[in-house]
Amino acid sequence: MWARPKQLKLRGIIGMNRRNIRYIGRYNSRRLYPLVDDKLKTKLLAEKHGITTPALIGTVSTQFGVKALGSMIAGHPGFVIKPAKGSGGKGILVIEHVDGESFIKPSGARLSIEDLHRHVSNILSGLYSLGGTPDVAMIEGLINFDEKLSEYTYEGVPDIRVIIFRGYPVMAMMRLSTAASDGKANLHQGAVGVGLDIATGTAVRGVQFDRTRRDHPDTGHELASLRIPDWSNLLELAAGCYEMTGLGYLGTDMVIDRNRGPMLLELNARPGLAIQMANGEGLRARLDLVEKQPEGVSVKERVAFSQRHFARHGELKALPEPVLAEASLST
Amino acid sequence: MSRLPFYLIVGLLMVLGIGTSLHRHIQMEVPWTPGEQRQIWEVEAIVDFSALGDPVRVDLALPSHQRGYRILTENTASPGYGLSFLQDERSRRAQWSIRSATGSQQLYYSVRLQVTEDRRQQQMVRPPLREISWERPYDTAAAQVIERAWMRSADPYTFTRELIRDFSEDRQGENARLLLTQFERTPLLVRLLNQAGVHAREVSGLMLEDGRRRQSLTSWIMVFEDEQNWTLFNPRTADQGQPDNLLLWEAGGRAVLEVQGGTNSRVTFSMLSRNQPAAAAVRSQLADDTLLNFSIHSLPLEEQALFQTILLIPIGALVVVFLRIIVGIKTSGTFMPVLIALAFIQTTLPTGMIGFLLIVAVGLVIRNYLSYLNLLLVARVSAVIITVIAIISLFSVLSYRVGLNAGLTITFFPMIILAWTIERMSILWEEEGPKEVLIQGGGSLITAILAYLAMNNPWIRHLTFNFLGVQLIIMSLILLLGNYTGYRLLELRRFKPVTED
Repeated sequence: MWARPKQLKLRGIIGMNRRNIRYIGRYNSRRLYPLVDDKLKTKLLAEKHGITTPALIGTVSTQFGVKALGSMIAGHPGFVIKPAKGSGGKGILVIEHVDGESFIKPSGARLSIEDLHRHVSNILSGLYSLGGTPDVAMIEGLINFDEKLSEYTYEGVPDIRVIIFRGYPVMAMMRLSTAASDGKANLHQGAVGVGLDIATGTAVRGVQFDRTRRDHPDTGHELASLRIPDWSNLLELAAGCYEMTGLGYLGTDMVIDRNRGPMLLELNARPGLAIQMANGEGLRARLDLVEKQPEGVSVKERVAFSQRHFARHGELKALPEPVLAEASLST
Repeated sequence: MSRLPFYLIVGLLMVLGIGTSLHRHIQMEVPWTPGEQRQIWEVEAIVDFSALGDPVRVDLALPSHQRGYRILTENTASPGYGLSFLQDERSRRAQWSIRSATGSQQLYYSVRLQVTEDRRQQQMVRPPLREISWERPYDTAAAQVIERAWMRSADPYTFTRELIRDFSEDRQGENARLLLTQFERTPLLVRLLNQAGVHAREVSGLMLEDGRRRQSLTSWIMVFEDEQNWTLFNPRTADQGQPDNLLLWEAGGRAVLEVQGGTNSRVTFSMLSRNQPAAAAVRSQLADDTLLNFSIHSLPLEEQALFQTILLIPIGALVVVFLRIIVGIKTSGTFMPVLIALAFIQTTLPTGMIGFLLIVAVGLVIRNYLSYLNLLLVARVSAVIITVIAIISLFSVLSYRVGLNAGLTITFFPMIILAWTIERMSILWEEEGPKEVLIQGGGSLITAILAYLAMNNPWIRHLTFNFLGVQLIIMSLILLLGNYTGYRLLELRRFKPVTED
């Protein structure tokens, strides 16, 4: 039921207090927070730095502008409405396709245009934003995610969280939405977290609700075979966010689009600690190693350094279904 | 980045907090616990005299803080008289004056004294030696008495003792009897002591005995060994030292009572002893407003009551900080539980909890309906505020009709905070499900209950109200907690699976 502090320390697990004081407090300057707390700013900044992000259909910034929503989304088969200053996936509404007058969520629930108006209006009045400040609603194009990954997820788009410390990718996991998480990729809501080997982008270990999992709870697909395509490219994109924002301890949320490759979804200046559970390993040793590295190393070198030093072998390979695991590894 | 300044600040706050608290405890006799009893003496002095129709001036010596006794409050009653208190380094005096008065006059002075453990001797100014001259035949008698006592003594104290004994009934010699025919006993002894080169003065004291009335002062001889050290002698028995129940009323060597424009003046005393809780004694202490004795007690009573609550908030904050940083409990709104705990203090815990749960539950149902109306946020929260007020009014009236007066205290809940709590919980319900609402709502309630238990503890209330230094200690503790990088208690459970393989 309870672990001893010594056991956790031995594994290099980092607690909330240490994360807050030692890493966020020390490496994330508060004046840089608006860059990541406002997704619109992040998006514009990313465009300037040549980092790909999902296509922006439009923004609504006034209650008056809510009425223009209908014409804005006309012609788009699917879209995502999100608050620019939302946190923890709050207020994100995914419309998978439009069926005449109704808008269909990934769960199959049908919404009317009035529902959308209300949602946008709530976003504008600051319901989902940090501190309840007035906000802007962003409407983005749907991500066409890689079909190879579709059997690992239920409804929503799986995203990849990479922790970037002083520009070095230190740990990564993929977050697979489940029925329990209502299509959202938040671990505390019940999404499955799969730890990823920094060297290869293959699955290390899976967890749901902080307990080990070997398969997806809804699709039943085993997790060991998970392998992220275009992995090094994704890491370089994520690592580049350090130069882009100046934040030393950064959570980057990436997605892989079938056509456009790895894309930056959003940034987080206070990334959570569940990634340690998904990897079955603490961050401490890796962060300590990166802290010893000098400044001014290029993105490619940093990624190469991380891939060399943080390589891991999956624990999931020792599954009782070796045939399936090997078969999918060869793909 | 060096952490030295941080630890210096924490250390400084801690030392300052403990220091001022100790100072208040030792110097002001403020007890550590609220239950301690303190003995209080109430002494009343009545000045009687007959006025002759002329301007009257009455000068009465007053006691001051001294070994074993601390003055709490003093009052006077003297209709028509002007009054002023005079103080110099030797004594305090009250001076009454009136342009004209006739007939029997009575002036009252009453003082409340607290018995203290302070056993240090008071600083006294040593009186100078007076030139003594005698008329015949007293000069030889005095010289012989001194000579006799001098031979049998070694220092001022033993000399005084021998001298007094020579004047006591059984050993009274011819010389002593001769001198007593001409002089009062105590002034005579002081004269003889002065002649022998011993610094001494006559002082007046009051023997405190519970329930005595119409007492008068007794005279004592204060004998100085050197510049600082002195002791009292009883001029009748030669007993050395100050009895515990002797209150020095006039120790400056002056007259106790001086009346101009009146005759037949005298002062009598009545006294009463009682015990009262130390906390009450502290409250009635005279405020000596120096910076170190900086005290809430110098404020008017109404503001004191307000501060009693305000000074408890840091305790609640400390509980919240501890539960969040060390234990890792999630609450809805960081300091909302402290405000709920403050409401619990007014309502008592069971009523408060029932009230809180009722308001939040009914509020959630109504808020759920409001979400269908598609309102802007500020308007919706305002609507929830009005709903909360309506719920509170409804429950107050209902409980009053049913005969539950406790239900009326529900009005002490902070309504706007409750409205926001309902709004946040409602959003939480929609987004994260009822489980998260239970976790955060339960966390808030547990935090509020623990904060309430801490803030309602009589001992803690006593400490925070009477020792402002405690606030500095709490501050340093909160700073220390803010520096804690270890695991939270609940993280030991959260990360347990990692250690399992």
